[in-house]
Amino acid sequence: MTTPPETDSGPIRQSARARRATRIADAASGGWKVVAAKILGLGVVDAIAIYALFVLVRSESWLVAGLVVAVTLLVNWIYFSRGKLPAKYLAPGLIFLAIFQIFVLLYSGYIAFTNYGTGHNSTKADAVNSLLLSSQNRVADSPNYRLTVLEQLGELSFLVTEPDGSVSIGGNERPLKEVQNAQLEGGVAVGLDGYTSLGFQDILGKQTEIAAISVPLTDDPNDGMLRTPDGSSAFLYTSSLEYDEAAGTMRDTNSGTVYSDIGTGAFTSDAGQELLPGWKIEVGLDNFVRAFSEDSIRGPLISVTVWTFAFAFLSVFTTFALGLFLAIVFNDKRMKSRKYYRIIMILPYAFPGFLSALVWAGMMNQEFGFINVVLLGGAEVPWLTNEWLAKGSILFVNLWLGFPYMFLVTTGALQAIPEELTEAATVDGAKPWAIFRFVKLPLLLVSVAPLLISSFAFNFNNFNLIYMLTNGGPRDVSAGVNVGATDILISMVYKVAFVGANRDYGLASAFAIIIFILVAGIAIISFRRTKSLEELN
Amino acid sequence: MRVNNKGLWAVGALTVTASLVLTGCTAASDTADNSAGTGEALTVWVDADRAAVLKDAAADFTAETGVEVKLVQKEFGDIRDQFIAQVPTGKGPDVVIGAHDWLGTFVTNGVVAPVELGDKADAFQDVGITAMSYEGQVYGVPYSIENIALVRNTALAPSTPATFDEMVTMGEAAGTEYPFLVGLDPEAADPYHLYPFQTSFGAPVFGTAADGSYDADALEIGNDGGDKFAAWLGEQGAAGVLNTNITGDLAKEKFIAGESPFYLTGPWNVPAAVEAGIDVAIDPIPSAGGETAQPFVGVQGFFVSSKSENALAANEFIVNYMGSEEVQTALFEVGGRAPALTASFEAASADPIVAGFGTVGENAVPMPSIPAMGAVWEFWGVTEAAIINGGDATSLWQKMSGDIETAIAG
Repeated sequence: MTTPPETDSGPIRQSARARRATRIADAASGGWKVVAAKILGLGVVDAIAIYALFVLVRSESWLVAGLVVAVTLLVNWIYFSRGKLPAKYLAPGLIFLAIFQIFVLLYSGYIAFTNYGTGHNSTKADAVNSLLLSSQNRVADSPNYRLTVLEQLGELSFLVTEPDGSVSIGGNERPLKEVQNAQLEGGVAVGLDGYTSLGFQDILGKQTEIAAISVPLTDDPNDGMLRTPDGSSAFLYTSSLEYDEAAGTMRDTNSGTVYSDIGTGAFTSDAGQELLPGWKIEVGLDNFVRAFSEDSIRGPLISVTVWTFAFAFLSVFTTFALGLFLAIVFNDKRMKSRKYYRIIMILPYAFPGFLSALVWAGMMNQEFGFINVVLLGGAEVPWLTNEWLAKGSILFVNLWLGFPYMFLVTTGALQAIPEELTEAATVDGAKPWAIFRFVKLPLLLVSVAPLLISSFAFNFNNFNLIYMLTNGGPRDVSAGVNVGATDILISMVYKVAFVGANRDYGLASAFAIIIFILVAGIAIISFRRTKSLEELN
Repeated sequence: MRVNNKGLWAVGALTVTASLVLTGCTAASDTADNSAGTGEALTVWVDADRAAVLKDAAADFTAETGVEVKLVQKEFGDIRDQFIAQVPTGKGPDVVIGAHDWLGTFVTNGVVAPVELGDKADAFQDVGITAMSYEGQVYGVPYSIENIALVRNTALAPSTPATFDEMVTMGEAAGTEYPFLVGLDPEAADPYHLYPFQTSFGAPVFGTAADGSYDADALEIGNDGGDKFAAWLGEQGAAGVLNTNITGDLAKEKFIAGESPFYLTGPWNVPAAVEAGIDVAIDPIPSAGGETAQPFVGVQGFFVSSKSENALAANEFIVNYMGSEEVQTALFEVGGRAPALTASFEAASADPIVAGFGTVGENAVPMPSIPAMGAVWEFWGVTEAAIINGGDATSLWQKMSGDIETAIAG
């Protein structure tokens, strides 16, 4: 397994390599130092895995716990067994690949099948908790009760001093009772016989528990509950929502409306009114159905898809054409100072793309931009605010940004074509155009075609340029949707997911999957075509 | 042998991290549990500007209460989304700094807990508390209030204009290139800066409920005043007073160069003008439609996570510490944003610029934080830009109003 590859170096060197390889292989599977290091290293790994297991089992995440067990066993087996050298080198990389690439991909894929977005970003338990929290309303004009938290046999009580000076004690679901024998300090009760008063530190140690306590003012719950936000003062609250755990419904105590879980990820009343926040649920193919059936999405989706294809195709075509033309010109030996021209040609490639796009956006300002003011003598050409001019401007800027890459690539490919072929064709009487068309271009395409395909895929998702140059605009104000004339699919996804107050990550992920399918499909078809090009040789 | 040893160590380290990451995915909420209850540390997200002041305040807090405060620096613009994403996982902070118009999204996502200011509420400026409220519930402690006003170059225009037309006349009389400057975007104008003019025609975005909060069901933007405002936008666009090609950067540049006596902007652009040697005065925004021109006010403050395990300590920190005069004044001195605590604001008003913006702010209204506002932003600016650039005012404005209504209805 560790035999070095056959090379044309002499037999002596080869055997030296072979010896070294054998030594490494031996060392990999033997020697007490190695074994000790192995045990130590794997010990650390196993210790951490066991700690992780404790945590996971306690939080009842069985799936991840199972994965940790499987991965740990696998790692131990790989490193304790003899041989398996490739596995020993590959295992860490594969584990990282799984965590940072495959998991992330699958997870974003999974989001496409949920309603994750504004108002649905956590679990049902969180939603219930949050609804109950925000439904606590302070009783209007109710006083601020001074509070001391007391403890007796592990049970917490509130000792409150009412504004009129009377002192009462109460606990969770134990209504306030007036007491007479409290110790007072500056008019505020600070202690009671038989109870321990908690200091600020003690309160902090039990803050979750204390924050959850609500002390009824009287036997009638409608009078409100005392709760404390900081441990030193209490306020009177009434709750406008009531959670019925058995039925899984929320009841508005003021209006009597019952909101129930109807499977849409939010408590909904019979009239269809939703309580937000809701929670995240799996919605199956809903997001995909929406993408193709909702008019406000379908319309722009189609026009954006068409423009995305046009943009990606034209970008590749124009940059390649210009790059190739320049490469041919600069490849001609009759051209003088080629070196310097080449350096200038590459400059656009050296600037960061998004910065260039921003600079271009400034230069294309209708009234104050460099192009209109200096080059066109004050003409007010709406470069970025007219639908078609904006599309043209985008293609032009992308040409400026992209041709140096094509220039570099084609220069290399041209130089790799043997001179003899051109000479032979010339001897056969071919004109320069024919030589280019029938000899150079096919040979060039063999090596450049895969790059053109990847360039197409890159431009298909060229978010930087669109975002910085036009941000998808100009918008058609009569369209009624937030999509502009130069938006490509990826910038539309960005707008769906991250612009405005209402985000819809589920729908955006569904779009991302659609884009992935499109790009992958094109790449597969194009690579098949490229194979047929190779058969030319 | 040596090679192999190293490899093994590397492998060990990698696997360790790997299993940590794997467990991290789900164990996060649990590790938060571990640290909870002991009340040992409060995690606070702040932006770089405020971190320095908070550092001292946090040290004082720790000295007094024994609660350690961990300040995590974040990009201000990133805080909102990261907070919404992290709170449900249990890994989020206990306290974040933020802008009041994030509140609607925070509440709809259930990531913030109500804050009880108790009697302290009266110590803050009313607009600060209103801004920090959502559906009658207070969710944050305000610390700064900011709004736009008319910045006047006193060398070019000696007196305060009473109306928009008077201002334009004065601007023309000054003989500068532009009678009036406001930064707009060629694509989306700038509804935030144009809003005071809109309100002067009696066309707020939303109507208000009895308790002063915005009512998403009462869309007011398309009323008669709205139509008049739209027509006015068209006129000003045609006259060249409003020009969507003058972006925010250009407007600032031209004002500093003395090319206009009037500039509608916020306190953030004033230091640059003062440094350029311009003697500025802060004036109320002149009314264009007859009624008072009310700009939006932006309030910044502190919010507590709904999943904070240190709720009491967090409340103590933001209400009694961040709400103290000392800290509010210190925050003002660093950021130059007018404090929300009335006592600190009065002290800060010794500076005529702060006082000037403050006076304008008395008429200001909080920017709506209800999620329905998202639908408004989506259509508002592009329509304004289209009207300024010569589109048909009434039909575009009504179309916008209709689109917003549809978008809110969902």
